[in-house]
Amino acid sequence: MSTQIEQKETETEEQETEPEVESPGERRRAAKRQRLAEEEAQRVAEEETLDDDETVHLKVFRYDPEVEGKQEPRFDDFAVPYHKGMTVLDALIYARDRYDSSLTFRHSCRQAVCGSDALFVNGRQRLGCKTQLSALEDPVRIEPLPHQEVVKDLVVDMEHFYDQMEAVEPFFDADELPEDDLEEQRQSRENREKVKMSTRCIWCGACMSSCNIAAGDNEYLGPAAINKAYRFAMDEREGEDRKQERLRIIEQEHGVWRCQTQFSCTEVCPKDIPLTEHIQALKRESVKNNLKFW
Amino acid sequence: MYEHDVIVVGAGGAGLRAAIAAHEEGADVALVTKLHPVRSHTGAAEGGINAALQEGDSWDLHAYDTMKGSDYLGDAPAIDTFAKTAPEEVIQLEHWGMPFSREDDGRVSQRPFGGLSYPRTTYAGAETGHHLLHTMYEQAVKRGIEVYDEWYVTNLAVTDHDDPEDRECHGCVAYDIKSGKIEGFRAKGGVILATGGLGQAFDHTTNAVANTGDGCAMAYRAGVPMEDMEMIQFHPTTLPSTGVLISEGVRGEGGILYNDNEERLMFEYGYANNDGELASRDVVSRSELTEVNEGRGIEDEYVHLDMRHLGEERILDRLENILHLAEDFEGVDGLDEPMPVKPGQHYAMGGVETDENGETCIEGLYAAGETACVSLHGANRLGGNALPELLVFGARAGYHAAGKDMKAAEIDTGPSAKSEAGDVHPPVEPGAVDAGSEDVAADGAAVEPKAVIENAVEYERRRVDTLLESDGVNHAEVRAEVQETMTANVNVFREEDGLEQALRDIRQARVDYEDVAVADPSRTYNTDLIHTIETRNILDVAEAITLGALAREEFRGAHWRAEHQERKDDEWIKHTMLAWNDGTPELYYKPVILEGDEQTYEPKVRSY
Ligand SMILES: Cc1cc2nc3c(=O)[nH]c(=O)nc-3n(C[C@H](O)[C@H](O)[C@H](O)COP(=O)(O)OP(=O)(O)OC[C@H]3O[C@@H](n4cnc5c(N)ncnc54)[C@H](O)[C@@H]3O)c2cc1C
Ligand code: SF4
Ligand code: FES
Repeated sequence: MSTQIEQKETETEEQETEPEVESPGERRRAAKRQRLAEEEAQRVAEEETLDDDETVHLKVFRYDPEVEGKQEPRFDDFAVPYHKGMTVLDALIYARDRYDSSLTFRHSCRQAVCGSDALFVNGRQRLGCKTQLSALEDPVRIEPLPHQEVVKDLVVDMEHFYDQMEAVEPFFDADELPEDDLEEQRQSRENREKVKMSTRCIWCGACMSSCNIAAGDNEYLGPAAINKAYRFAMDEREGEDRKQERLRIIEQEHGVWRCQTQFSCTEVCPKDIPLTEHIQALKRESVKNNLKFW
Repeated sequence: MYEHDVIVVGAGGAGLRAAIAAHEEGADVALVTKLHPVRSHTGAAEGGINAALQEGDSWDLHAYDTMKGSDYLGDAPAIDTFAKTAPEEVIQLEHWGMPFSREDDGRVSQRPFGGLSYPRTTYAGAETGHHLLHTMYEQAVKRGIEVYDEWYVTNLAVTDHDDPEDRECHGCVAYDIKSGKIEGFRAKGGVILATGGLGQAFDHTTNAVANTGDGCAMAYRAGVPMEDMEMIQFHPTTLPSTGVLISEGVRGEGGILYNDNEERLMFEYGYANNDGELASRDVVSRSELTEVNEGRGIEDEYVHLDMRHLGEERILDRLENILHLAEDFEGVDGLDEPMPVKPGQHYAMGGVETDENGETCIEGLYAAGETACVSLHGANRLGGNALPELLVFGARAGYHAAGKDMKAAEIDTGPSAKSEAGDVHPPVEPGAVDAGSEDVAADGAAVEPKAVIENAVEYERRRVDTLLESDGVNHAEVRAEVQETMTANVNVFREEDGLEQALRDIRQARVDYEDVAVADPSRTYNTDLIHTIETRNILDVAEAITLGALAREEFRGAHWRAEHQERKDDEWIKHTMLAWNDGTPELYYKPVILEGDEQTYEPKVRSY
């Protein structure tokens, strides 16, 4: 037991050097800088950008367990005419509607809120609807999310992801509610700010798919579920007892301590949620909590 | 066959609220939904939820604004119930942990919105719907409510009595998208349709790809009338390339609309001298299109929405999400450049006719949310009124289906509520053609619940087999035909010739649909099949919208007619009703109720 505590304390120390939470403006400027840099690098690499009459080449992963001839995974090529502003999802829809109506992928909102079209595009987890083709190298390679069972083509089985989300008891459970049905529970602005980023998760599963630990340990709760736990554990309106229970859930063997701070989840999250930071914060809470009992 | 007390079809805001209510009432309830609940389109709502929470505001002011906004096509019993119940529903969400934006004292913030006489819109940043949807799903998980996700409901199991008002709904048929299995669902208490919007009838819409009007079309074919279908709201600020919505919040905070000559069009051309950019949605939409039509649009397509002058700090504080949308979907940085915007289909004010308890004229069949028309929004919905609607009426439908004793409804439904026959002479005989038509009520004179469901399941299995086995046209072509003609002819501006052209095109699409076939032979996750069935629903709702628009010879709210440039109160304060009638739509009217329990509304001129 004591070794474990030691280990936790080291983790805590490492934390001190972590940067402070950035303001949205800084985050946005950083993201923009990064995007411009990426685009520039690509321009240099290609010496030209896409024009409206050009063609984008897609290499799309195909697999159907049922249909003969499609049971062996393969890649199909599609040539899609490009127009400005076109996204990976637009290109997939074009290919499906014009060339092969059996091409299968999930999508719905086209605006990065439903979380259904997380894909592995040119070697990275991204939302198809939010990824401009102009930001990618040609040919564009589109695969299902890694580390999840493929149902068909680009569709993966999300059950495991949902199970992990539900394992952290993802629902608000206030200690006591105001007596009057028309009176709200007060929450300070600071506290809302603290949990704000964590409430943005759209359950796309990109983070889980990018995580090496989750890939090796099927029981690991994973970044999205831990972030969900953070959302409630840090909400001042839930009482101390509930918080204890929440910490017990995330402290378990396959919980926060599995995270090795590799930041891959944080890098791919399309909602810019500082996942690693949230996991670290819960580690800190958990240490503080355990110290109380010593 | 699966059995539950209450089956809720659809798990967006309306479906989740209904399921939670039914569960509270002690019912065994299941959600059957084609998308996982958190993928529902409620998650896309940005602006906010209206409720009279503060001292100085009151439910009757909210009701009055809603009636005025509706251009006097809303029903007073619905509007009053809505405005009275919205506050407790919103606070309940807060008690469920919804992360609302807060004031310094820790109370929820409220902001001004178009058409409201008091700043009564509660919100959570510019992503209110996301938080509402997730908060409610969390509560459903907490209660252990059963969810059949990625199950597509294709049909209702309804008895086949001649008169729709004698029919009973015993359940529905659904298709497991992952495995291809088709199964019956029996509901002892009732089926609640909460399938959301129908934006996919148009090719430029803020709606998700899944919003194909399934609930409307299924209820319609089962015999429930569709109400006020012509009343489609177009939102003035959508991104031209995708239809992604730029919230009214931008104009609320002071965003300005410019034309190609860099003129502030709402003032320069006097479209709305008092309210300018904050005039109601229909007014702003028409102004923008007038600019484009008169050659002052940018690239002949759109206008500019500028928020740069608001300053980075304010934008990041209140409109951060808008920056991401403009950046990701249009490649525009809203801090450095104006954003391109044009009107897009946004919301269906009409839908499945229900009473204030959410019930339709078919016993045991309910509808709530955007798919329903209890007649709250009339000819024009106020921003921020759809989310409280799905809370209030979703909950009522859930309680009622679960057996709670509720006050008898004041709103009459079904063909017997008819006041007069409709008069429209479409250029072609509307209605279904063979392959598209289907006996929605069970074959034979089945009335025993299990037999009704089994028949319906049999029917669906045959339909799917046929679609998978035959060769023919791809649904995408048919869908595109409908979407294009709707956007060209049944848009913000409507002219008689165009409406008739749309009807001819829809009729042609129906003929083409007779030869539709699914190329993908697989039963596993066959989206080709799903989209093919959805396209059938799009045909029915598109036809209803167009017929309604052709019939209504006046200018009211969102419904603009070139030939009829005035609101004709003497003749047209009535609801357009459309009944399926074995595939030949029957048009009739039902009176609008302007007299509520406590207050009576006098039509006033809308001015800006
Ligand atoms: C971009 C946007 C912004 C908006 N902003 C606001 C706002 O700020 N304030 C406001 O008040 N309103 C707003 N609205 C309107 C409001 O969000 C919607 O009217 C409302 O969310 C609809 O909710 P719903 O539950 O009826 O449908 P949805 O949330 O669309 O849910 C429909 C459900 O039905 C399921 N379904 C559909 N067909 C089937 C089938 N055949 N079988 C099984 N399941 C099916 C789907 O899976 C889904 O779960 C906005 C709308 C849009 C599009
Ligand atoms: S945390 Fe981010 S990457 Fe992970 S599921 Fe949520 S939105 Fe997706
Ligand atoms: S389609 Fe909804 S997140 Fe991309």
